[in-house]
Amino acid sequence: MSEIAITSSGRNRGVKFRPVTQDSPFARYALIATAVLFLALFLFAPLAIVFVEALSKGIGPFLTAFDDPDARAAIRLTLLVAAISVPANLVFGLAASWSIAKFSFPGKSVLITLIDLPFSVSPVVAGLVYVLVFGGQGLFGPWLAAHGVQIIFAVPGIVLATIFVTFPFVARELIPLMQEQGTVEEEAALTLGASGFKTFLTVTLPNIKWGLLYGVLLCNARAMGEFGAVSVVSGHIRGLTNTIPLQVEILYNEYNNVAAFALAVLLAGLALVTLGLKSFLEWRHADALSGRARRH
Amino acid sequence: MRGAAIRIEGVEQDFGAFPALRDVSLDIQPGELVALLGPSGSGKTTLLRVIAGLNSPDRGRVLFDGENATNLPVQDRHVGMVFQNYALFKHMTVADNIGYGLRVRRRRTRPSRAAINARVTELLQFVQLEGLGGRYPAQLSGGQRQRVALARALAIEPRVLLLDEPFGALDARVRKDLRRWLRDIHKQTGLTTVFVTHDQDEAMELADRVVVLNEGRIEQIGTPEELYDHPASPFVISFVGEAVALPVTIAGGHVKFGGRELHIDTHGLRSGPARVFFRPADIAVAAEGNGDLEGRVESLRRTPAGMRATIAIDGYDQTLEIDSPLERSASLGGRVPLSLANARIFPADENGDYVNAGDGI
Repeated sequence: MSEIAITSSGRNRGVKFRPVTQDSPFARYALIATAVLFLALFLFAPLAIVFVEALSKGIGPFLTAFDDPDARAAIRLTLLVAAISVPANLVFGLAASWSIAKFSFPGKSVLITLIDLPFSVSPVVAGLVYVLVFGGQGLFGPWLAAHGVQIIFAVPGIVLATIFVTFPFVARELIPLMQEQGTVEEEAALTLGASGFKTFLTVTLPNIKWGLLYGVLLCNARAMGEFGAVSVVSGHIRGLTNTIPLQVEILYNEYNNVAAFALAVLLAGLALVTLGLKSFLEWRHADALSGRARRH
Repeated sequence: MRGAAIRIEGVEQDFGAFPALRDVSLDIQPGELVALLGPSGSGKTTLLRVIAGLNSPDRGRVLFDGENATNLPVQDRHVGMVFQNYALFKHMTVADNIGYGLRVRRRRTRPSRAAINARVTELLQFVQLEGLGGRYPAQLSGGQRQRVALARALAIEPRVLLLDEPFGALDARVRKDLRRWLRDIHKQTGLTTVFVTHDQDEAMELADRVVVLNEGRIEQIGTPEELYDHPASPFVISFVGEAVALPVTIAGGHVKFGGRELHIDTHGLRSGPARVFFRPADIAVAAEGNGDLEGRVESLRRTPAGMRATIAIDGYDQTLEIDSPLERSASLGGRVPLSLANARIFPADENGDYVNAGDGI
């Protein structure tokens, strides 16, 4: 038996059966090598350098970077901004995708296009628009100043800019999912006597929970990392209106490399955790995310 | 459980420019089992959804037991609905699905947890799914899902049971079993039951009365016997059961097909083009020289009842099928005289539509 197995496997090596869609080994290795080289050069190397630079003077200076009150203020502000803008966009994203997926109304396609606007507009432009609307010389500027409300160069402006930039993440994730699911389960719940809100809680939400979590993760990653729009509206006041990305830039411009890269490590760490969670969700709930398991 | 009477008065519904329901009026008695029968796009599902309260009609009223329910929200209608693909909650177990309607009640009217569990167990027994309460819908067969959907609808003690294509997604054998089973359930619960189907056999076998819909209008309401024996329109006679249509002319009280005269009573019918409909069973091989029609036997096929012959009629470009008893079976390729035992004639109106009914022969 074993002899036969050996000869047959030996013969197989000679014949080399290959599926028609598979390229020759040379093409395969060339493609893989290109991809790996590209990733190494443009993704892994920068990430590694962030960690190397941060720890270049040892663990001590790395840790003292976080003792700086301005750095702590930046971390606090970033967390605060994310804590406001992510729930806001969670609510908005749910409302928008609900109305788009479950109802038809005039202007629906306009709404879908508008949701994508933050993806197509440069964040700097978005920030400038807020300055023009809420700034001192802006549309509502004088009125706001008269009432003692400061939006631009203050926390509210940063929150608004972040909300704008992270607008589409939840909605974009949920709309296709909800459209695919349709309304029939909700209708069933309604005929069974459930109120609209109870139907949402007990039927709609469980069906979209993984997609929703996925969208929230992406939204959160972007909210913490946003630079352009926030940079325009923040005013870069140390200890007051600097988020982590802005603080990193300031420290870097002051040649305070260790402190700059230490904060960058924190941001990169947040991004890695988000990515890890996202991959876990994709692996664990791929069906629910794509809506494929909905049909039986 | 006691069923409610349903009354539908002049209901109309448009989807954009497309009229889905046109002036539909219908009375359903308490405890009646009614089928809404029609081809796809005939408005039958729309009508069911209007009764359920999932669609609100543009015009007209829906009454339950004489009370106007047109504007009653779907939650307050106490309607048990079984959806076409069952619409079971995928993330809940079978038991949770069945108990859903009780769990979502407001605190004042909500039964205790123990009472809900008892009711779920009772319903699982009723639909013969004991022991499957812990499964998820994806782990059930089509027929089992159907039963869960029904148990879930019955849990809220509805006044009316509505089923949208209840057997549509099942294979033929399961369908047959479930048909009989639904009939039993109806008998046991006494609920007013309305179901939508495109399958005329299903409608005729199950329903006390059948409502035939076409292009948003009711073509005819009647018992299966009435529909079969006295179809009110060409649509009904061709949709309910098999029928053959012959183009004829009525002139001077006589019905002419080609050069031949058919012996059909034309009393009170307008002259002009008309159409004669008859069923395969209503046409028989006649004695030589006595036939209304003549044709050539194109093919013969054995059926459980006898032989079915396909015959090319002289002067007509279509074939027709007849059932003939074995002992008188015609021979292949031979010419046979045929006589009509029963036929319905529908003369054309000004628009060329064949509408007015006339009983033939």
